[in-house]
Amino acid sequence: MVVRRYMDPTSHKHLPSEPELRVKALETLLTRKGLIDPLAVDEIIEFYEHKIGPRHGARVVAKAWSNPQYCARLLENATQTVAELGYTGRQGEHVVAVENTPEVHNLVVCTLCSCFPWPLLGIPPAWYKSDDYRSRAVREPQKVLSEFGVELLPAQRVRVQDSTAEIRYLVIPMRPAGTEGWAEEKLASIVTRDSMVGTGLPKAQA
Amino acid sequence: MKPIHDMGGNSGAMIKVDEPELPAFKEAWHGRALAITVASGALGFWNLDTSRHARECLGWDEYQRLSYYEKWLAALANLLVAHGLTTTEEFAHPDTSPTMKLCTQALRKNAVRKVLATGSPTIRQVNKPSLFAIGQQVSTREASSNQVHPGGHTRLPTYASGRIGRVVRDHGAHVLPDSNAHFLGEVPETLYSVAFKARELWGTSVGNAEDEVILDLWESYLELT
Repeated sequence: MVVRRYMDPTSHKHLPSEPELRVKALETLLTRKGLIDPLAVDEIIEFYEHKIGPRHGARVVAKAWSNPQYCARLLENATQTVAELGYTGRQGEHVVAVENTPEVHNLVVCTLCSCFPWPLLGIPPAWYKSDDYRSRAVREPQKVLSEFGVELLPAQRVRVQDSTAEIRYLVIPMRPAGTEGWAEEKLASIVTRDSMVGTGLPKAQA
Repeated sequence: MKPIHDMGGNSGAMIKVDEPELPAFKEAWHGRALAITVASGALGFWNLDTSRHARECLGWDEYQRLSYYEKWLAALANLLVAHGLTTTEEFAHPDTSPTMKLCTQALRKNAVRKVLATGSPTIRQVNKPSLFAIGQQVSTREASSNQVHPGGHTRLPTYASGRIGRVVRDHGAHVLPDSNAHFLGEVPETLYSVAFKARELWGTSVGNAEDEVILDLWESYLELT
């Protein structure tokens, strides 16, 4: 059956205006009405605070740097490859990995909202969700990158990925020189969140 | 006038780039806002596309005035009322609402991990082959022209509408947000990555000639040039 309902965009104005009180009012109401379980709410917060985050993505990148076959599989089918490590789920149902090279620098944005690969990089930082980043990244990526302190190589062109659908993008940054022979764990420690969005480079030192 | 959320290509201020990886939520209420949104969504009355559309419907003034999680809360409140789960009167007096037993559809604590680790994949099996091949040149239709529900939700940004690009990936058939957001069915169709030269989008004086912007676009957003 097709259900179409009119949504009044002003209904929420009946809630308290202070954000903390808004949350409290909604949570209280939904709990009393039997629509949400406060224990489930706590569990969701615990999950996103402590169980996911950019260290997942860093582990994937470190593996890709260490193992060419793994890297090839990641580029071929990232969804399946990261699922082997248990990195699946909400806002990461479909994943594509893109590789930075001396010729191409990838940068990820979501101009229409704030799509981000949660299982690999966690909850997006404020700058990623900001109007300024969403507006400017597609039009003046070089300038945006320079604000992040990223200097491109002379031959590098920019490829901006606008996440307009349910495909989430993971940038594999270039492995820095001088990291030959490093163990995966040490490699992962230099892979920053921003380097996997394309707005940063791996740290120079572990 | 293009809608406020459709902001790609607008001018803007310098980006405040410094943000540590932790904590995930800068304020405690951010996490609670996210969690009650997720828990309410799990009731099954609406989908992700509906939620996005609800945020887009907030209008210029509120979209600019409200912070990120305030937009989430406002959209959630509007959806709850639209679906008859609460009334606006109850918003003003939540403490006086009668206490009910937890409903059967409500997300339970012991199901949270599984639900979050599963998510809602949007890929679907269809019997129809993809219309466009990788490498093919395509043009995008005019923006904000939802073909299923006029004036409704769409994922073609204005800056990339009416432009010529090249198909670079075929992601298989995915649920069409233009339809799904309005409860008109999933209507899955092939989703492509389409690469546009930056200069096709912004003019010849911009960046390097080889710079590109890539968008994920559904088949009905595209036509052969």
